[in-house]
Amino acid sequence: MRIPCPICGERDSREFRPKGDITYADRPAAEAGNAAWHSYLHLRDNQPGEIVEIWRHAHGCGAWISVTRNTVSHAVLGAKLLRDRGQDHAG
Amino acid sequence: MRYSGLRVIAEGLTGQKSWARAWRDPAPKAQYDMIIIGGGGHGLATAYYLAKNHGITNIAVLEKGYLGGGNIGRNTTIVRANYLLEGNSQFYSHSLKLWEGLEQDLNYNVMHSQRGIINLFHSDGQRDAFARRGNAMINQGDDAILLERDELRRMIPYLDYDQTRFPIFGGLYHKRGGTARHDAVAWGYARAADQRGVDLIQNCEVTGIDIHQGRVTGVQTTRGAMTARKVGIVVAGRSSQVAAMAGLRLPIESHVLQAFVTEGLKPVIDHVITYGMGHFYISQSDKGGLVFGGDLDFYASYAARGNLPTAEHVVETGMTLMPMIGQAKMLRSWGGIMDMSSDGSPIIDKSPIEGLYLNCGWCYGGFKAVPGSGYAFAHLMATDRPHQSAERYRLDRFEKGRGLMDEEGRGSQHNLH
Repeated sequence: MRIPCPICGERDSREFRPKGDITYADRPAAEAGNAAWHSYLHLRDNQPGEIVEIWRHAHGCGAWISVTRNTVSHAVLGAKLLRDRGQDHAG
Repeated sequence: MRYSGLRVIAEGLTGQKSWARAWRDPAPKAQYDMIIIGGGGHGLATAYYLAKNHGITNIAVLEKGYLGGGNIGRNTTIVRANYLLEGNSQFYSHSLKLWEGLEQDLNYNVMHSQRGIINLFHSDGQRDAFARRGNAMINQGDDAILLERDELRRMIPYLDYDQTRFPIFGGLYHKRGGTARHDAVAWGYARAADQRGVDLIQNCEVTGIDIHQGRVTGVQTTRGAMTARKVGIVVAGRSSQVAAMAGLRLPIESHVLQAFVTEGLKPVIDHVITYGMGHFYISQSDKGGLVFGGDLDFYASYAARGNLPTAEHVVETGMTLMPMIGQAKMLRSWGGIMDMSSDGSPIIDKSPIEGLYLNCGWCYGGFKAVPGSGYAFAHLMATDRPHQSAERYRLDRFEKGRGLMDEEGRGSQHNLH
């Protein structure tokens, strides 16, 4: 797998560390309640196909990025800086 | 047909003409008492124990491919009971006891080989942790021996004991651990369940789960609709997909774990050896191939194959442990789809929908659990009460935060196990 870092360009996936599902970018407020925290920490759609997830360019520029990737073919479909994600929950 | 040594000799002398097929190929019926979704090790074992222990035989096992074509055929065949936490410890202890009587019980040679498992340690701190684990295993009634470096070196002289990064201090030796023939476990349970009247239906993919007023009433499949008052989902790797048909979201992510086998060699590795610090473990199959693996690739995947960085890492660390395997030629590698729960332990429980039961979250440890899981899941489905050995594998532990089973002590969070 090769991942297109928005800062450094396309690099070997070895330079990146996976953090997991994009859900981790939507941390609920402290008082959001049990259901919201349960969903954030544990529950996942986990369907095969396209997903958005968080990676870090750990052995490169260190940027946190959101990567769109197909979990059946391992095709990497795009990446952008996590800080640019804003309120766009599509990734 | 009962298998025996005498039968093998008799068939050998008469041209092998009288062997019967191992199980029927029945047409699906419209109505069953119970339906098991998933014809892998756990599903077939569940059906067998429902029939044997609970007398329920109007059961269908629905398999979208062929029996045993999923993770039961894609693992590294290790059988052990070396868990620390209460809950896990009792469950795997029970499962190992079932393994020890399995071949007689099923009348099938699953090639269960109690060759012993050695977990290596590399520091004083790790020795203490392993001593604690060994004591937990002994308290559970299982076996554990803490081997110091010199004893270990007499047993397995071919490790690189003096490597600079992780010098070997000793190992925790679990004698009753070992391996079994993975396919044979599926085949043995399939044949034994079939003999008790269970319908094993292959090439039958479940496409929908029928629910009426909060209660399961049956399933839709590629071979027609079937009704049942109880349905069990036993499809580790694809649990989230099937559970979604019932509107459920699970605390599970599917990941890839790779495994590797070399060409067949003369006997060289007598035990199962695990090298946790290097993310590497190895045994030798009865055919002679060195069977080894490592850690997850650590990203979500349904591809049933991994990528080269992890393969490279596994082989590199294997070489640091036992340089001699550098001579062996690798024959093939493969990946399994791991049902990773967020605390690293499985779920055997009722779902929020009445009559729908869940058996999932086996992470990368499902093979050794096959007998215990089938036994406990059958008990749950038949009696609506958890079996004593699996009463901590509750679905609600994640939401409640009570009773989390974090065997590795890393926290209950995805991507940590």
